[in-house]
Amino acid sequence: MYGTYLRRELVGRKKQTIIVAAGLAIAIALVMIVNSLAAGVRDAQAQALESVYGVGTDLTVTGAMPEPGEGGGQRFDFGEEGGATGEDGTTELSQSQLVSEPMRATLDASTLDTVTAVDGVSAASATLSLTNMTFSGELPAAPDDTTTTEGGTQGTPPQGEGGGGGFGGGSFGVDSFTVLGIDPTSTAVGPLSAVEISDGRALESSDEGGNVAVLDATYAATAEVVVGDTIDIGGEDFEVVGLVASTSDEADTASNVYIPLDVAQTLSGVGAVVSTVYVQAESSDAIAAVQADLEEALPDTTVSSQADLASTVSGSLSSASSLITNLGTWLSVIVLAVALVLAVLFTISGVSRRTREFGTLKAIGWSNGRVVGQVAGESAVQGLLGGVVGLVLGFAGIVAINLISPTISTAAAAETSTQGGPGGAGGGPGDGAFGNAVMQQGSTDIVLQAPVTLWVIVAAVGIAVLGGLVAGAFGGWRAARLSPAEALRSVG
Amino acid sequence: MTEIAPPALTKKPLTSFTTTGDEDMTMIDTGPAGVGDAPTAALYRLTDVTRTYRQKQRVIKALTGVGLEIGAGEFVTIQGPTGGGKSTLLQLLGALDRPSSGSVMLAGTDLANASDAELGRVRAREIGFVFQGFNLIPTLTAAENVDMALEPLGLPKAERATRVAEALAHVGLADRTDHKPTELSGGQQQRVAIARAIVKRPRVLLADEPTGNLDESMRDEILAVLEGLCAEGLTLIVVTHDSAVARRAHRRLRLDKGTVRDITR
Ligand SMILES: Nc1ncnc2c1ncn2[C@@H]1O[C@H](COP(=O)(O)OP(=O)(O)O)[C@@H](O)[C@H]1O
Ligand SMILES: [Mg+2]
Repeated sequence: MYGTYLRRELVGRKKQTIIVAAGLAIAIALVMIVNSLAAGVRDAQAQALESVYGVGTDLTVTGAMPEPGEGGGQRFDFGEEGGATGEDGTTELSQSQLVSEPMRATLDASTLDTVTAVDGVSAASATLSLTNMTFSGELPAAPDDTTTTEGGTQGTPPQGEGGGGGFGGGSFGVDSFTVLGIDPTSTAVGPLSAVEISDGRALESSDEGGNVAVLDATYAATAEVVVGDTIDIGGEDFEVVGLVASTSDEADTASNVYIPLDVAQTLSGVGAVVSTVYVQAESSDAIAAVQADLEEALPDTTVSSQADLASTVSGSLSSASSLITNLGTWLSVIVLAVALVLAVLFTISGVSRRTREFGTLKAIGWSNGRVVGQVAGESAVQGLLGGVVGLVLGFAGIVAINLISPTISTAAAAETSTQGGPGGAGGGPGDGAFGNAVMQQGSTDIVLQAPVTLWVIVAAVGIAVLGGLVAGAFGGWRAARLSPAEALRSVG
Repeated sequence: MTEIAPPALTKKPLTSFTTTGDEDMTMIDTGPAGVGDAPTAALYRLTDVTRTYRQKQRVIKALTGVGLEIGAGEFVTIQGPTGGGKSTLLQLLGALDRPSSGSVMLAGTDLANASDAELGRVRAREIGFVFQGFNLIPTLTAAENVDMALEPLGLPKAERATRVAEALAHVGLADRTDHKPTELSGGQQQRVAIARAIVKRPRVLLADEPTGNLDESMRDEILAVLEGLCAEGLTLIVVTHDSAVARRAHRRLRLDKGTVRDITR
């Protein structure tokens, strides 16, 4: 009889049943989709970060962002090189120059030792980020004045010089690719820890001091270079000994070209400096302490954690991430709250409308518990109905998202300063020390997948049960307080 | 009409307990006229019952010092002006409420001092209730509505079905068991309600204006059913404004300003 009464009430009061169940269903579906998308974005973010920083990097140490104008020292190197080129007196020019990152102060090479000495650091390796500029074309003798030009700080490389510097209208083209000097003896941590050798070999300890290079496979394909070829870096010939590819299909590796750190330091003329030290902590619990210790030991540097790092991955991935985690979460919280409030209000008003019915049941001998059980049972079934419909809706939504597979690009915050020559100085939004590394990454397209986790299903079922329980509790409480004398209340 | 045992309801055609003669009344009304005089062992004995309602600062005395005995098998009507305390009295008799003072004995149980759970048990087993507005559950069929009264009794399923069918047959609705309330006339709905009241085989049937929402022919329908039940020995206590109903009673009480008076003559 209990089942009959319950079924009859739910069927007989369709509107209430549908509204309560639909409200919960929508909330459940939304929570599922948002959860699932958030997980997808997290995966994409992790993928993007891994391709840039490698696996196992807990912290990075970089030079502090220079104050505007301080970058002059960096630019000096290039200017001098440029002048040297001019002094050759050639008008026909095809020259490579290896320049260091203009936007960031480098670290003394001893920084690596300091880092390694810090308690809790299990591994560390240093890299030097450089850009190789190759320009070819007709060029009159270049004046040496770039070294003192204030504009050298702001403006960048060759086009700027060529356009404004009065190079006699010579026409030339500029090619650039990123070069990362790495320590061939320690690649366990750092950008090459998450790559696989797609051809040839990796850099080995015997490569120290040698003009050998490993190329990003994607870049190599674009530049039409294969293992065994020779490429020109900073005016010297390098043998390509291997190609590396990101372990994730969607991302490129951190740099176009990898060469031994010592060679990079010599060739670029920057001396014994590095741009980034990749640090692995002994345990994830130790990261915060290690970060603090590093900051103390290296006051003039920027020490960044994965969390800082995540914030530097920008572009649509970052906006998708914040959209989903912020808007999506709020939306589902609001819809969930509305659905719960609706369920509660409808149940309470349903009990109020049925005051006489429940009073009558009490008057003919139904116990309080039995009446409360009826109300709670109806709510529970409405919640379960909403749960089932919501699960179906949610899965349908997730399947739809995975079918559409939206592509989101992971663009670096400071990307423009690498890609386009001019105007680079303004490029570094200064959001964290990983900026320079991300710049080399450029933009990567990642297909967003929305995985269904157990947690999503648990959350959905939990919401259904919660909705039924909350509504049932309020409705039951209302019904329990009804007097059986309500049965005698006169009717209209 | 001297048997006092609870009625044994059997399958009987409705015609078998239609109108009875006036002599029934004289037969049952054996004692001298007066409140508290019952022919046999009293089913109800009310002693100095008061019921006051507190509304904000006001205190409303719905019943003041009511003493009353009602014997088993009696058919008693309660009349009186609106606000006289009729419903309040019926609530006390029906174990829906407790008096502010005094005692309400029902077959040896003092309802004035019973717990909520005890009152619920009394309602479930001893008392059948019929309401002016029928109070059927609109989503349930006639049979399911009747079955609701068996819910607290914990009977086996087969027995429940038998009892429901019996009760509906008893009120002449054997062919309407699967009808929803909206598919039944007012008189038929009230007969379903009566079936729901008697299916538990109670000691007493209480009715608050059972014909108040019915036209004359339907009223006669209900009256015939009630008299038939009375003839089988069921105690009937009916609050009514309808003199046609009151005329059939063994004893007529009048409640005015919280005091009860016998007006049977
Ligand atoms: N629940 C209640 N709260 C306050 N006053 C009530 C309540 N029930 C009845 N009363 C008052 O008690 C008096 C008797 O009411 P009632 O027993 O319903 O009379 P009747 O049924 O004869 O019309 C009336 O004055 C009524 O207003
Ligand atoms: Mg009344």
